[in-house]
Amino acid sequence: MRSESIKSPLLQLQKVRKIFPGVLALDDVDFSARRGEIHAIMGENGAGKSTLIKVLTGAYPRDGGRMMLDGAEIAPRSPQEAQRLGISTVYQEVNLIPSLSVAENIFLGRQPTRWGRIDWRQIRRRAQAALERLDLSIDVGRQLSSYSIAIQQMVAIARAIDISARLLILDEPTSSLDANEVQRLFAVMRKLRDEGMAIIFVSHFLDQIYAITDRITVLRNGRLIGEYPTSQLSRQDLIARMMGRELADLDVQLQQEESGQRDSHQSISMRDIIGRGIIPSPGTRGEGHGGGFLSTPNQSSAPSPALPRSTGGGSEMPSPILRARSLGRSGSIQPFDLEIGAGEVIGLAGLLGSGRSEMARLLFGIDVADSGDIEIGGRKRVFRQPRQAIALGLAFCPEDRKTSGIIPELSIRENIVLALQARGGLFKSLSRARQDEIASGYIKALGIATPSAEQSIGNLSGGNQQKAILARWLAADPRLLILDEPTRGIDVGAKAEIQKLVLSLCRQGTAIVFISSELEEVVRVSDRVLVLRDRALVGQLRGAAISEQAIMQTIAQERPAEVAR
Amino acid sequence: MKRLRLDQRHVPLAATLVVCVLLYVLTGLQYPSFFSPLVLADLFSDNARLDIAALGSTFVILSGGIDLSVASVMALATMFMATAVERFHLHPAIAIVLTLFVGCGVGYLNGALIHFFDLPPFLVTLATLFLARGCCFLISMSPVAAESPFFQSFGEAGLHLGTITLHLGTIVFAGVAIVCIYAAHLTRFGRTVYAMGGNEQAARLMGLAVGKTKVLVYVFGGLAAALAGIMAMANIPSGDPLNYLGQELDVIAAVVIGGTVLTGGVGYLAGTVLGVLILGIMQDFITFGNRDAAWTQITTGLLLFVFVAMQTVLGRWKPGQRQKLWTRRTSTQSIGITS
Repeated sequence: MRSESIKSPLLQLQKVRKIFPGVLALDDVDFSARRGEIHAIMGENGAGKSTLIKVLTGAYPRDGGRMMLDGAEIAPRSPQEAQRLGISTVYQEVNLIPSLSVAENIFLGRQPTRWGRIDWRQIRRRAQAALERLDLSIDVGRQLSSYSIAIQQMVAIARAIDISARLLILDEPTSSLDANEVQRLFAVMRKLRDEGMAIIFVSHFLDQIYAITDRITVLRNGRLIGEYPTSQLSRQDLIARMMGRELADLDVQLQQEESGQRDSHQSISMRDIIGRGIIPSPGTRGEGHGGGFLSTPNQSSAPSPALPRSTGGGSEMPSPILRARSLGRSGSIQPFDLEIGAGEVIGLAGLLGSGRSEMARLLFGIDVADSGDIEIGGRKRVFRQPRQAIALGLAFCPEDRKTSGIIPELSIRENIVLALQARGGLFKSLSRARQDEIASGYIKALGIATPSAEQSIGNLSGGNQQKAILARWLAADPRLLILDEPTRGIDVGAKAEIQKLVLSLCRQGTAIVFISSELEEVVRVSDRVLVLRDRALVGQLRGAAISEQAIMQTIAQERPAEVAR
Repeated sequence: MKRLRLDQRHVPLAATLVVCVLLYVLTGLQYPSFFSPLVLADLFSDNARLDIAALGSTFVILSGGIDLSVASVMALATMFMATAVERFHLHPAIAIVLTLFVGCGVGYLNGALIHFFDLPPFLVTLATLFLARGCCFLISMSPVAAESPFFQSFGEAGLHLGTITLHLGTIVFAGVAIVCIYAAHLTRFGRTVYAMGGNEQAARLMGLAVGKTKVLVYVFGGLAAALAGIMAMANIPSGDPLNYLGQELDVIAAVVIGGTVLTGGVGYLAGTVLGVLILGIMQDFITFGNRDAAWTQITTGLLLFVFVAMQTVLGRWKPGQRQKLWTRRTSTQSIGITS
């Protein structure tokens, strides 16, 4: 039996601080890793998890605090230096050379030599021994790329511990492994732990955290929330700490609100604003070929049809515009069923890495499903690339607008008309006058702050860039719009405006899939919330049942089948 | 366990060997005199120049780079040496040493620009291609003959083994080849070249001296090109600013036909020797039969197609399920692990 108390800390961090321009990434964080312990670092986006790892591995210098390894203060300035000190890291993507042999990968850069010649025989022998320590018996002479990712990862671990065997950091090692491979990796981890190694384990998979770790450190917004023995921290508490919502607080808040009323006061007043036509409607459906922008923004203040959103939750389901049946992709997301009705806002909630974006990518054809099918307009469709999804009226606003959204060198106008132009095909061009009309219309309608439509989009602030990308997809007049983290990294005002926009869009019949890490936001805008955990759909909440607390409870639930085990 | 198995890495080399032997046998069957050891010795000495340059370039390509300046540096070497001996009356031995320094210098310029300023190798070496060629014309617009007794003995030197003579060029080439193969497989420098060609980012993270190696690789490329130029002086003791125009492409073709993957990381120096031989045999086949020289180019082109296609197919080929020791991935399999 391993006991929790008597292990001496191998690595100790005291009040470690890391500042990036404008951001305090680590705010006096304490951390310690003990010998013979597997320690999880948990946190959502921006918690400081990866910054902490990078400070540990010497990739970032720290701006304050002390870091002690075995009682001696250290300040590694590079991953190599950290490695010499005894801190090795294995990343999610295997950082080895796929075209070289397994044995060579273990000894690259430190090959044993005899009279200046590399001693290949010794390399093979010692590589074999290093892998056998992990109970892995493979042909070390074979090319690394001929083995599965799992084995490549083991080889990386073998290299790491052969170089120095004190502290091993495993950064998301299980993301691309299947269940058996994960078990295999865990067996290796337990073996190393029992030999007295300290292991830091980073993973998005809650089940894995509870299966393998002895201790959990939770970070949020660059601050240490706490360090807990895994056995004494319930899943609910863990999630609440990661998300920054104390369940007790929530209960109080709920009591104060009307029972059964999930909309906060904010969102009600927001809807009033839309009703009064302050936010112009971004477009009307079926207005000829593309560019559904309304040149008369006040038209939206005309009497609106009944809200498709149901406040009480008991309304009839509109006819689905998209239906997915056991749609899934191995290694990405487990098969799920989904129906989306016109004018419905579906929120996707879950922790980072729970499969939210993966679900969106399948729906939009970025990833090709390997099971199930999608039905749109009563016909089964197979999406092999996003073009096909776009042609059927789907639109996707990706998570990282910097790398997969904006094209920074182009002007705002060019960025906005991009999707519309793409739909027209390679040889149909949109007249410049029409482009100008669309662009200036949306700039006004969405309140994009810019001197002109010809400004290059890279010069805009994050919120305004996000609005311009929204405009791009709105101009294409989609039936279903997928928004992946549309409000990440933008200021509060812009956030509210985008939320309003979502609501006004759905009033016009556009269905929306809304992905956000901020539960509050998901609760506020969604008619229905799909809850994901560990790359699977684990629950659905509708209408009045939607609350932050309910979402967290659903995430924390253990899967019945597994509880039975 | 000791089953003969063809590793994925060896397939291109094996293909090159097969093509080379086939070509040799076919040519020999067509022209029986081709089998004579004299012709074989000539085959090596005629191609020694290209061989030496190609060996240097193989390191560059293995490291994930490319060197377009090879032929220009070769021409510059001949011009520099001929002028040094002819106009400045330097002793040829000193001229050789200086020429080698010039080659290293151009190579260092390539490597330094690529490494320190992080510029694309294609563009940097394209620039030095023009620079070196321009320097040739700067030295002289017309050919410079080097009429020194040294060059005469240079051309006649060699190892006489009965009827056949191993020319100096062949001997130097053999020496260079042995040094290269040794360096590639038995030194850390060589293994770092392979590693950075395979995945430069990972090589850096593994703590390999990527920057230093990169500069060294181009220096060696320049050195080999200069040495190739010097060896060419043994055949024709003169420098010509128009020499070897476009031969950097022959060098790259020989390396690729020799089984080295253009994206780096995979290949063998021995393959390059075979690649040059293949081009040489094809050349002989066409001259022996008095055929149209157009066919040399066309066959080279076709061979390149075949080899590039083969490399691409091999690159995509991931030997799949067989190697998985304990896994079988199904779409419904649970990913999480229970506690």
